Amino acid sequence: MSEVKNFMYLNRRAPYGTIYAWESLEVVLIGAAFDQKVSLMFVDDGVYQLVKGSDTSTSDMKNFMPTYRTLGDYGVRHMYVDQASLAARGLTADDLIQVEWEDWETEEEIDNIVEVVDADSVAKLMSESDVVFSF
Amino acid sequence: MADLYTVNKSPFEKNSLEAVIRFSTEGAAILMLEDGVYGATKGTVVESMITGAENKKFYALGSDLKARGIAEDRVIDGVELVDYAGFVDLVEANEKVQAWL
Repeated sequence: MSEVKNFMYLNRRAPYGTIYAWESLEVVLIGAAFDQKVSLMFVDDGVYQLVKGSDTSTSDMKNFMPTYRTLGDYGVRHMYVDQASLAARGLTADDLIQVEWEDWETEEEIDNIVEVVDADSVAKLMSESDVVFSF
Repeated sequence: MADLYTVNKSPFEKNSLEAVIRFSTEGAAILMLEDGVYGATKGTVVESMITGAENKKFYALGSDLKARGIAEDRVIDGVELVDYAGFVDLVEANEKVQAWL
């Protein structure tokens, strides 16, 4: 790989009802093998993907929430959440899962890479990315 | 006897819930399931669609709320939670089923 690029995965769909959230997660995990700079953005119904407390024991679906918590181990360095999308849905940062990150070489640790940002920051982060994948 | 209306889409992505409230008759039973259950949650910008609806009874499928991490205390007051057996009871108790996608 000659050049490291900033990859942004844009998530705008709720989990479970459609396949988008799961497909996005699959692509992020595959992409992690290529040593790129990877960030995830959650806006609109996409913020529902990070709501904690998911329990699929009575609905016969695979609970893929635990996979989000491992993203820090797959090289994902930032997970951004749009503040207005949360507010419109009666949610706050307290309703979201936390995702730890650690650099195995430098042993630098971050307790939680999930960050709530405003619309201007969303726009700026998206525009600064080299590649945007939309789900 | 009125109909049972089912809504399986998020109210933030599609207007299915709004449409069903608008086009359902008095005494309608409206069941939110799959991504439709997000419509049953408190504190959202679309909450008033349900709290302001008259002569309609709202239900939400409990297992779909659980899968999405929505605790029962976050469901709008007056929305009744049902399980799959309760879904079947609703089908039986109403004239027919209208699925609004």
